[in-house]
Amino acid sequence: MRAYLFCITLLLGGVQTAAQAEVFERTLANGLKVIVKEDHRAPVVVQQIWYKAGSMDERTGVTGIAHVLEHLMFKGTHTVPAGEFSRRISAAGGRENAFTSYDYTAYFQQLHKSKLPLAMELEADRMRNLNLTAADFAREIKVVMEERRLRTDDEAHALLQEKMMATIYQQHPYRHPIIGWMSDLESLTVGDAKAWYDRWYAPNNATLVIGGDVKASEVFALAQRHYGAIPRRAMPPRRNFIEPRQAGIKRMVVKAPAELPHLVMSYHAPTLQNPAQDWQPYALQILAGVLDGNESARLNKHLVREQQVASGAGAGYDLTSRGPSLFTLEATPSEGRTVNDVEAALRGEIAQLVRDGVSEEELQRVKAQVVAGEVYKLDSLFYQAMQIGQMESIGLTHRAIPVILEKLQAVTAEQVRQAAEAILQDDSLTVAVLDPQPLSGKPKAPQGAAHAH
Amino acid sequence: MHINPNNPLENSTPTPPPASPLKGREYAAASDFQPPLQGEGWGRDGLNSANGQSGIKTLHKRLFGLLVVWLSLSVTTAFATPNIQHWQSAGGTKVLFVENHDIPMLDVSVSLPAGSSFDAAEKSGVAGLTHHLLDLGAEGLSEDDIARGMADIGAQLGGSFDQDRASVSLRTLSSAAQRDKALDIMARVLQRPLFPEAILVREKTRVIAALKEAETKPESIADKAFHKAVFGMHPYALPVSGDVASVEKITVQDLSGFYRAHYRAGGAVVAIMGDITRPQAEAIAQQLTEKLPSSDAPAALPEVAMHIPASEQRIAHPASQSHILVGAPGMARNDPDYFPLYVGNHILGGGGFVSRLMNEVREKRGLAYSVYSYFMPLKQPGAFQLGLQTKKEQADEALQLVRHTLAEFIAKGPTEKELLAAKQNIIGGFPLRIDSNRKILDYLSIIGFYDLPLTYLDDFTRRVEQVNVAQVRDAFRRHIDPQAMATVIVGAPEEKSGQVK
Repeated sequence: MRAYLFCITLLLGGVQTAAQAEVFERTLANGLKVIVKEDHRAPVVVQQIWYKAGSMDERTGVTGIAHVLEHLMFKGTHTVPAGEFSRRISAAGGRENAFTSYDYTAYFQQLHKSKLPLAMELEADRMRNLNLTAADFAREIKVVMEERRLRTDDEAHALLQEKMMATIYQQHPYRHPIIGWMSDLESLTVGDAKAWYDRWYAPNNATLVIGGDVKASEVFALAQRHYGAIPRRAMPPRRNFIEPRQAGIKRMVVKAPAELPHLVMSYHAPTLQNPAQDWQPYALQILAGVLDGNESARLNKHLVREQQVASGAGAGYDLTSRGPSLFTLEATPSEGRTVNDVEAALRGEIAQLVRDGVSEEELQRVKAQVVAGEVYKLDSLFYQAMQIGQMESIGLTHRAIPVILEKLQAVTAEQVRQAAEAILQDDSLTVAVLDPQPLSGKPKAPQGAAHAH
Repeated sequence: MHINPNNPLENSTPTPPPASPLKGREYAAASDFQPPLQGEGWGRDGLNSANGQSGIKTLHKRLFGLLVVWLSLSVTTAFATPNIQHWQSAGGTKVLFVENHDIPMLDVSVSLPAGSSFDAAEKSGVAGLTHHLLDLGAEGLSEDDIARGMADIGAQLGGSFDQDRASVSLRTLSSAAQRDKALDIMARVLQRPLFPEAILVREKTRVIAALKEAETKPESIADKAFHKAVFGMHPYALPVSGDVASVEKITVQDLSGFYRAHYRAGGAVVAIMGDITRPQAEAIAQQLTEKLPSSDAPAALPEVAMHIPASEQRIAHPASQSHILVGAPGMARNDPDYFPLYVGNHILGGGGFVSRLMNEVREKRGLAYSVYSYFMPLKQPGAFQLGLQTKKEQADEALQLVRHTLAEFIAKGPTEKELLAAKQNIIGGFPLRIDSNRKILDYLSIIGFYDLPLTYLDDFTRRVEQVNVAQVRDAFRRHIDPQAMATVIVGAPEEKSGQVK
């Protein structure tokens, strides 16, 4: 057994805590990696299983299949009838769900610690024995279409996001929405689901994360008993997409029913490849914090409170993902102001950043939040397990978590400035605008025209 | 107030610097609009925040939908419950405290009976703006001083607001340097807010923009029409953030007057959870409330009229789905039928994947992604609500099915088997309800605010265990008349769209 102990106290300079983060790992003979995060504060346990298969692994024409299969995983196996999985977890006092992202698909249950064997038995069973029927598929695909209508088609901002991703990425599969294009959903078959399941649902393509009031050694034994007999399978080679370099600014408009316009500026940005060596992703993460990490951060202070050009503004960056990342800035113009006004204001912020950098005070403020956040996260077992699962699933390991924390602390003001200068370049920018349409379908007064109060 | 977006009963995800709101959207198999698996009710959002709109996020809290449920397993295991200490401060404030040193942090919340139901109809929105402006200027502190002061020490100032309750909450590291600074700011925010004129003007503009945006969203349109139909002239019908016309009229005097009348020491409830001692907790409670106004208690809310006429509104909307809400006044937090109704609703539409509504509407027929029912227990009876969204063409089919499922449940009640399964889930899942400081803090706050017994947690499993089929059936029959319900369909099927039938 390879065990490793990560003591948050070391990072926090002597703050003593009873909730030390102990993480142990072992890989079963069939390739299933098992990671245990002991936390004895409450008699509960969370099981999460993470498959390294997300929407980015889909091919053209079958978009949405990763997520559809996630729904179908609740439909029963050869020995556990449809609906029975949820009934048994419920009867054990458990909560359960699943989620699909671009990069992975994960399933979880939260229960009293005595119910972990039940959760493992059921989860292991559906790793190999799913019973996919045309009838279940036909019903569930309708549910997924309703989900798409609810969360994308009728949501102006989600629609903007979906169309923006399709514009930003020319080749990389991040251009396809996780939930899938509607016309793909309409043509998917149970055979597509079966093929997806057979291709990716194998122990050697998964990470099992168990957190809670458990002993690692007992969890490993339990995992061996329930998952150990599932045979390893050959994984198909993964295509590694290199998005062609963007050669000039892209602009797009989405019309949808809404009241307020909205503008998003997305710049291509790198992700963390080597946690110990890289510096730019950390600097970008700190930069996002300087812009939008707290109530006194620049965008809220300057655009919303002082200039009052925006009724809301934000910035964001993910430093970890399997594919490429984006650095985004966004804003909603305030009454009487336009998307051009907020774009100019956001560009003003960028120019100031590149020219003057960030102050030591701002830097320390963002770092103070990073440190405090590491303590606060101890209050959520689920989140800690989730962080581990995410890191493993995107190709880093959970050992990167403390490294990232350390490296964020080491970012300098000059690095933040340099990262801003290097990344926030027009040639790799996509500007997406929501052009709000009246519910009646009749045209609106031209943007920026005076509105009666 | 800046609002903590975390559902207090969900797993909090304190992400260090923020993740992009636009990347990594995830799709869940069950609803994210998860029915009240965890509590008996959940929030309605006056201004629906939609996804990732960084814009107006400060306004979008509303209900914390939790409304606690406590159990301890009587038959099999006895689950340990936190040891709640309780006292009253000199000014009459109720204090609940759980001492716990596992994590070097402190959570504090102060709740006041100052929710939107205390608004006058013509000045709807005053209560919400009063709460919203608390941390935008206080004695000796500009809004930026407050924001920077908290950020510098990694502390999080948050809050929540609903029909009954206005809360301010704080999470901070518990070492003296951070704790003292954070509490000093919080104390001034709560007790010496300034309501600066220029900031009110700015925030009114933002609120109005958000209200106009909400008026385009089917879920917000439905929510507003539904509460109007269910509560009529009662203040529970008022939109929690007001409406465009009423917010335009609000002045600084309205806010300071509302503050003096409703932010009273005698009505406040302080909940404290975390890494401090009892003497420290006593001092903190004192520090946060001793300078609150000592005005007289305001007049009690009018009674909710429990019987409403049957109504059905079909409101046109270009969305591809119809948003359907059905309901009526439900139950108050102190209703003697609380447990039969809670357990019964778990079976009907509160228990997630295994509920009757989920089974009929989603699992068997694929008509919706999310379908649920809940009671919103408030001081007065809050709404009992069933909801779903489905594509327009099948809206009438889905509505009939929901009505039929409800009518049958009320006529016959649950089966013994269903009741057993619900009890197993609620009782067996008890430890998950108190497995974090955040969850415990929220329970302390609810117990204090709604005058629940301090033994509420210890008693809960027994109360659930005692519920029988006849009680559920009788309680539902007495509270819910399926012939006298309000129905709202936004984005109704084309041929029938129009106004009130």
